[in-house]
Amino acid sequence: MNPFDPFPPAASTMAPQVDHLFIALLAMCGLVAVTITVVIVVFVVRYRRGSRADRSNPPTGAFWLEVGWAGTPLAVFFVVFIWSTSIFSRFYRPPADSTQIYVMAKQWMWRIQHANGRREINQLHVPLGYPVKLIMSSQDVIHSFYVPAFRIKQDVLPGRFTYLWFQPTQLGRFTFACAQFCGIQHYAMGGQVIVMRPADYERWLAAGSEQPGLVARGAALFRQSGCSGCHEPGSSVHAPDLHALYGQPVHLADGSTVLADDNYLLDCMLEPANQRVLGYAPVMPSFKGQLTQDDLDALITFIKSGQAP
Amino acid sequence: MNAAVPADTPASGTPAVPAEVLHPRSYLHEGSTLRSWLTTLDHKRIALLYMISITLFFFIGGCAAGLIRLQLMTPNGQLVDDRTYTELFTAHGIIMVWFFLIPSIPATLGNFLLPLMIGAKEVAFPRLNLTSWYIYTVGGVIVVLTLLSGGVDTGWTFYTPLSTLFSNTRVILAATAVFVVGFSTILTGLNFIVTVHRLRAPGMTWFRLPLFVWAQYTTSAIMVLATPVLAMTLILMVFERITRIGIFDPSLGGDPLLFQHLFWFYSHPAVYIMVVPAMGVASEIIPCFARKSVFGYRAMAYAMIGIGVIGFLVWGHHMFVSGQSSFASDVFSILSFVVAVPSAIKVFNWTATLYKGSIELSAPMLYALGFVGLFMIGGLSGLFLAATALDVDLHATYFVIAHFHYIMVGGTVMAYLGGLHFWWPKIVGRMYPERWARIAAWLIFIGFNLTFYPQFLLGLAGMPRRYHHYAPQFQLLNELSSTGAGVLALGYLLPLVYLIWAMRRGARAPDNPWGATGLEWRTSSPPPKENFETIPRVTGGPYDYHPSGQRA
Amino acid sequence: MSEVAEHFGTRENQNEATEFGMWVFLATELMFFGGLLLGYAYVRHRDPTGFAEASRHTDLVIGTANTAVLLTSALLMSLAIRAAQLLRHRQLMLFLSLAALLGLLFLGLKGYEYHDDIDQGLVPWLGAGFHFPGPHRATAALFFYLYYALTAVHALHLSIAVCVVGIYLWRLRRRSVAAFTQQIVVTGLYWHFVDAMWVLLYTLIYVVGPR
Repeated sequence: MNPFDPFPPAASTMAPQVDHLFIALLAMCGLVAVTITVVIVVFVVRYRRGSRADRSNPPTGAFWLEVGWAGTPLAVFFVVFIWSTSIFSRFYRPPADSTQIYVMAKQWMWRIQHANGRREINQLHVPLGYPVKLIMSSQDVIHSFYVPAFRIKQDVLPGRFTYLWFQPTQLGRFTFACAQFCGIQHYAMGGQVIVMRPADYERWLAAGSEQPGLVARGAALFRQSGCSGCHEPGSSVHAPDLHALYGQPVHLADGSTVLADDNYLLDCMLEPANQRVLGYAPVMPSFKGQLTQDDLDALITFIKSGQAP
Repeated sequence: MNAAVPADTPASGTPAVPAEVLHPRSYLHEGSTLRSWLTTLDHKRIALLYMISITLFFFIGGCAAGLIRLQLMTPNGQLVDDRTYTELFTAHGIIMVWFFLIPSIPATLGNFLLPLMIGAKEVAFPRLNLTSWYIYTVGGVIVVLTLLSGGVDTGWTFYTPLSTLFSNTRVILAATAVFVVGFSTILTGLNFIVTVHRLRAPGMTWFRLPLFVWAQYTTSAIMVLATPVLAMTLILMVFERITRIGIFDPSLGGDPLLFQHLFWFYSHPAVYIMVVPAMGVASEIIPCFARKSVFGYRAMAYAMIGIGVIGFLVWGHHMFVSGQSSFASDVFSILSFVVAVPSAIKVFNWTATLYKGSIELSAPMLYALGFVGLFMIGGLSGLFLAATALDVDLHATYFVIAHFHYIMVGGTVMAYLGGLHFWWPKIVGRMYPERWARIAAWLIFIGFNLTFYPQFLLGLAGMPRRYHHYAPQFQLLNELSSTGAGVLALGYLLPLVYLIWAMRRGARAPDNPWGATGLEWRTSSPPPKENFETIPRVTGGPYDYHPSGQRA
Repeated sequence: MSEVAEHFGTRENQNEATEFGMWVFLATELMFFGGLLLGYAYVRHRDPTGFAEASRHTDLVIGTANTAVLLTSALLMSLAIRAAQLLRHRQLMLFLSLAALLGLLFLGLKGYEYHDDIDQGLVPWLGAGFHFPGPHRATAALFFYLYYALTAVHALHLSIAVCVVGIYLWRLRRRSVAAFTQQIVVTGLYWHFVDAMWVLLYTLIYVVGPR
């Protein structure tokens, strides 16, 4: 690495958008800072005590001038806000065809699990030019997944999923780091995103899938953990149909409606009492402590796949 | 450049007679025993007690910072291990925020000057004032105990569940220290509010108050309303740590983000507790040394109130990547831009105050102008962090560290030192050595920029904060920063030495060495115990300065 | 007459400053409770059904009785303030004593209620054995966590208020009312705050949903 150029490249579709906003804001703020500094220096020199500068009628205020220099920044800020928010909203809209990868953080490592079951630690292989959506959760404290070259960051929380998506535009290795202080070895909790050609990625992915894929594991768990006992169509227990559940609105007994996303499914398994579905008795037991985060990820992937009954 | 004002030459209009001849004994001579100091109810003496205490903590916190910068000289520094490093930055944060910055200007300069500036003989509740210092001291003892018994490794933010379930250090002790010191803050704030409301001299209407008083008043309101929220948050955190059940624990259906919301609901306004008083100091010094009334007095007062009010509504900008909803982030983003407007107004108005003035670059003025410049950089860099899309990249990197140090160290500490110089003749009755003071001001300004400007670049380069080791490409910038920290340390030691020296050896100060207009300059230097022999009657605004020299 | 501190100038100014100081302090107090109330709002919003279910396990009778006790004490405190202002020493002693006794009665009933709760296994701390049948156990645990936190913080405030009244009663044995009028007024303000807080807590804790 060149010690004189520590700045990361702009290696995702998001990065140039963020950089443009940054440069625009930097130019604006730089202009203000330089102007104010110059004005202060000029005043200090020109009006130094004993100088012969004109000091007649010194103003002690000028209403419209002050309105002007309060209103102008406000207007400029509003433009910056709109610009920034429009980029920011894209962080929350991953393309529907994103490759989904599970990320699990714990003190002090990142464990990555691909859809076909391939796992890696502190490394994240992704295909060039395709959107990737990370579905992240933590096993202990709050961490934060940060890829400087992609200009993205998202805290990773225990007990729920957070998401991050990006579309790499350069081949190569890019550092990722933990950005939320998570204990004494926080600094050691980093790794590399490895962006590969799509074909290489497919090959890499296939090479390591000696374990069953997430969907298959989820299907097995669905039976082993007893989910099928109630959620199978022929079951004597009246339980919600999971087949086409994912992404659909669910009407709850308290009159509210929620979207069946990853967090909803997670909550249903851990805190079923909180999510009473309209028309069903609250008989589902909590699986808290019985399923690991990996198991939960697998079950959710299984339900999302549409193969669940 | 003008020559330094010889310290023993009184400013125009003030007779060159030693203070003692005209005036009765000063508050410093009302007993010299330790007992007389520890039981004093005089706001001026309590201010000095506070000054000694916070100076002590400033240097303890500074030592922690020094060790951090030494460790970061090299990418894989082995000066301290990772646990010690963590404890160092946690101690640095806790001590600097709660034991130095928050009490800094209010409890020292504020305590000393607030009654003087409004023409009062005391603060409203002198006993409460002394109690506040004792509570601070108890908190201080607990925080020292925390350090001695092994320290804390959560960072000053105490984020859950790290602090509740995963840390095995002295979290409870540290939280107790912060909890206790919070009450001293609340009592100071309460005292100031009542003092400003009830004890103004005849003729001292609200819009004749010096801006320093407006600043203290705004700050006090924030202290009274925000600090109790922190107190309760810490109770809940400690309770959860002890009992392993609580509303921050996701395994029970709680939410760790709830802690962050509560914490920042306090800690963002707390930033304004730190910086608004600094604005007040600058607003006194700049008109005095520009010999001109502050530009747009009312706008300046309203701006501070605006900052105080809107400051309560922007806490969520610390949480853009925390997992809060994007809608919440957008709302907090726009409000954060809005809160920047009053700060902008203030910078413009300070600049405009210089126009057609008669400017003298004496030491307090150097500090005050340094404050304006650094505060401006700090404020502008805040815009980047208020913009959600940029904050996603910059959050929790050194960019944030640089930003808030520009506000709190470049801003608040600079103004605090400027205020100390400006009012030192009033406080101790002696002049400080002007040349050394100017050297120190420049050293601090240069050292500060050298320390913290590279940190902006480090943040852009993607170096996260609170890292014990870092990637080799960050080394050059870190070396620059650490070198700057050395210069800065020297700059801070200088005033410590010469201000203490001046207490005994400095030339005697006249009542009004700067030809300033505030009521505090209408009494002797140092003031008598009861502040004024006769309560002054106020007939005009606070900044009756005239650049051409004559007085109205 | 008690002394007027020199810096206040007049007695009226001192009185108003003291009373205003108490109002500012009450603002602090309100924000202090605020953190807990946010936690309350969060848990209740997250699982309203479970929250109401847990609320049904509180003792409505004692809660209501305690509300009546404190409201009566508020009346007595108001009478005490009036007696102080009219310099009626014996009336003041009487009303203050009664208010303080009702405060103690409240604390006693509260203690009895805690005792009952513990007997029923409604203590969510680990090891104590939290007995709450049904699917809402987690929410109920948080409900009772908040219940104990809110009521204990309130009870602490009431204890302080009773102690302060006790101190004044002790000092009033020897000295005249006039020396304390303003202090009584300010103490009354605090007392009313503690009362009002209870009325709020009563509605938030005991009457969440139909029983």
